[in-house]
Amino acid sequence: MASRDIMLQGGLTRRTFLASSAGAGLMLTLGSAIPGDSHAQGAAGKSFVPNMWIEVSDSGAIQVNIPRAEMGQHVGTALARILADELGANWDDISIHHADSDPKWGVVIPGKSLGSITGGSWSVFLSFALVSHAGAAGRVILRDAGAQLLSADPADCKVEASKVSANGASVSFADIVRRSDVSRTLSEEELAALPLKSPADRQFVGVDTKALDIPAKSTGEAVYGIDAELPGMVYAHPLIPPTRYGSTIQSIDDSAAKKIPGYQQTIRLSDPSNWIQGWAVVIADSFPAAMNAAAAVNVEWSPGPAAALSEADILAEGTKLAADKTHGTLFVDEGDVRAAQAAAASSIEATYTTSTALHFTLEPANALVEVVDGTYHIHSGNQWHSLIIPTLAQALAVDEAQIQIHQYYLGGGFGRRLVGDPMIPAALTAKALGKPVKLVFPRPEDSRFDCPRSPSVQQFDASFDEAGTLTGVEHAAAAGWPTAVMGPSFQGAGVDGKGKWDPFSISGADHWYTIPNNRVRACRNHVAEQAFLPGWLRAVGPGWIGWGVESFMDEIAHQLGQDPIDFRLGLLDGQGKNAGDKHGAVGGASRLKAVLEDVRNRSGWGRELPKGEGLGVAVCHGQERGMATWIACVAHVAVDTEAKSTKVKKIWQSIDCGTVVHPDGALAQAESAVLWGVSLALHEGTRFDHGHVADTNLDSYTPLRMADVPDLDLKLMDSPHFPTGMGEPPLIPVAPAIANAVYTASGIRARDLPIKL
Amino acid sequence: MIKFRLNGSPVTSTSEAETPLLWVIRDELNLKGTKFGCGIAQCGACTVHVNGEAVRSCQLPLQLAADRDITTIEGLATDAGRALQKAWVDEQVPQCGYCQSGQIMQAASLLQGNPKPTDEEIVTAMNGNLCRCMSYTRIRKAIKVAASGGEA
Repeated sequence: MASRDIMLQGGLTRRTFLASSAGAGLMLTLGSAIPGDSHAQGAAGKSFVPNMWIEVSDSGAIQVNIPRAEMGQHVGTALARILADELGANWDDISIHHADSDPKWGVVIPGKSLGSITGGSWSVFLSFALVSHAGAAGRVILRDAGAQLLSADPADCKVEASKVSANGASVSFADIVRRSDVSRTLSEEELAALPLKSPADRQFVGVDTKALDIPAKSTGEAVYGIDAELPGMVYAHPLIPPTRYGSTIQSIDDSAAKKIPGYQQTIRLSDPSNWIQGWAVVIADSFPAAMNAAAAVNVEWSPGPAAALSEADILAEGTKLAADKTHGTLFVDEGDVRAAQAAAASSIEATYTTSTALHFTLEPANALVEVVDGTYHIHSGNQWHSLIIPTLAQALAVDEAQIQIHQYYLGGGFGRRLVGDPMIPAALTAKALGKPVKLVFPRPEDSRFDCPRSPSVQQFDASFDEAGTLTGVEHAAAAGWPTAVMGPSFQGAGVDGKGKWDPFSISGADHWYTIPNNRVRACRNHVAEQAFLPGWLRAVGPGWIGWGVESFMDEIAHQLGQDPIDFRLGLLDGQGKNAGDKHGAVGGASRLKAVLEDVRNRSGWGRELPKGEGLGVAVCHGQERGMATWIACVAHVAVDTEAKSTKVKKIWQSIDCGTVVHPDGALAQAESAVLWGVSLALHEGTRFDHGHVADTNLDSYTPLRMADVPDLDLKLMDSPHFPTGMGEPPLIPVAPAIANAVYTASGIRARDLPIKL
Repeated sequence: MIKFRLNGSPVTSTSEAETPLLWVIRDELNLKGTKFGCGIAQCGACTVHVNGEAVRSCQLPLQLAADRDITTIEGLATDAGRALQKAWVDEQVPQCGYCQSGQIMQAASLLQGNPKPTDEEIVTAMNGNLCRCMSYTRIRKAIKVAASGGEA
């Protein structure tokens, strides 16, 4: 299924809530009989579990279960705010609990389960309606039960601050749980009529609060996967082969390692899922012993065929694919681009590239695995349990039900932890040894086992008529496709019915500019995929597609002698498909126009600047057309052409993501994503060199540091519309805005990321 | 056997003398607030205080901790340290949070020697601490808030 279709399923899709007495407690389930995830189950006392999202104890404590990974986005706080608002809870009663890998937490869309994914900037978008309804259902049941205790008409009852009140009397949620015995099914009609609050009646959504995960992250108490321990565990250090695929171990000599205190053994791993090929792990009593021993173990590999591949080969293949106008899957095909090209009075072409980029989560990849009664308990922070569980089951030759992943705080996700493959060697080692194993990837190994952002090539061709009007654009984008490799069923079909495209390697090319003849070809770079497993990196496809689209729009504007903002506004006419319709894109191009006008005013666009300085603009619609986060970005740079240096002085963004649930949290995400954009534009990038990334640690891989942070002026627009996503979108327009500013400042057109003058 | 003081209490480690202090703290003495990031003293996630000075524990051999005062995030009890931790919450600094123990330890060392740092001094002191979530503007703000007794 295409991601754009997935996006439209963000509403409530399950149709029944059921309230029932369950043991000593009260349970209301959503859909079928789905228990909660209570730590208190089996403990003394009653609890009200209106659905899997909420558990109200008889002391009045309210646990909100969060089936999303916490990796810095304060997602639990945002979802709990939505739920608490509809429930009528006192915020101070709320705590959050991050759920495990039970399939019940999955996001189900017709015919397909996305599983418990945390990615795509989808969390609020996919959960808002569901969590709102879950909270409202809980409120209705508590209200009616409270009304009975108060001998009041439910219609006269108010539910707020964890109390039901009527006629001057009130009863707390705690009292209701203690004194009532609710068993109730909400009918289709009751569900359809659930009294959702109007924005004016909300107490929490849109109101600032302190994120619930932050105190523990300020004291060192927050527990990450790497902090997990079990009695009797051994430490494991991976020995990673010279190529991702096809390497085989010829010999292992650990004679030198045997002199290292604490060294136990080195074992070869055999993986029936074939995910890891030619691996060994060093086992030791402690992690430093494992590291010392790993340095002393001599492994001879026969490398796979990609040992001959380097970045230039991958880019050359991408260039070849993009240049072949018969190649690729048609993602967009409006009008007749060939006729426009044939009739053109003039044209311009440009090619843009991005180099390999690493996730570099500061918490290195790790997993702790213990086998108990045939079930693999895996302790590891992860963004997408259901993606890796089938592979783990194959690797371990067990049923999927015998794998349970325990969630922790993630020391950075950024898409790396969508792919839970560090669990595979850890689990294979635990299986081989019959004891708990803690596998930690030191930084170079973490980088070498990364699923990086593929190098990419984009080619553009614009046609103009005699009057200089833009008549057509052809765009081809080539990269390794993560979704084709890891989730092929999530690919979309070509608009002509031929071929597939990876939504996470082409979204963003379907921009909101009205161009009469517009063709986009999505090209899969198999040479890239021979060298490495392409991954989903923060902002995924739009994170590099936008680099090409918005740089080229700027080149067209300059070619036509038009102001880059005026030119864009002229193409954002909101006509036809660009009118916008579905709830995640209501308003269409008119909202993009509004943020662009807003940022033009706020940035002082058009003012005189000192020599060597310039402003540049770029826009984006976030991750998906069906879940649009409308952003316009202006960058102010100072270019020193002699020193060949670019300094970003300031970034402005005007951002419309619809209703903002947790304003300060959304702003923090914007700050983070914008600086990621700066980092990818100017500071970080690597290259494949004979089958491996060349830069594996901070001595040569150099993300943005504090000294290079520009001033930020980021504005969240006041918007009544359905909430979309914030974790990634602000990254997208930063690099092209910087490059466009570099052009204004210096006349130098940068077409390769990271930008080097 | 190497003896030192950890967060004010005497401790003894049986690890090898060359073992990086980070692993002694985390795995032998079981204080997990200090983090492993790069292993080459370039990210700052492992920052602790040795006799009050910020040091990267991933590159500090245990033997150099002998007879010294080691302070980790769990034992940060100076006025500046407490003010920083409060400012970290007030300014909502952490995102993933993994680097923040190290950031706070580095900032506490800065404020210990320079209670009112300028923006430039903050950048100079903090530039060795990577935040992959890039919470840099809030880190800078929180240090200023802590340094000024609650207001930036």
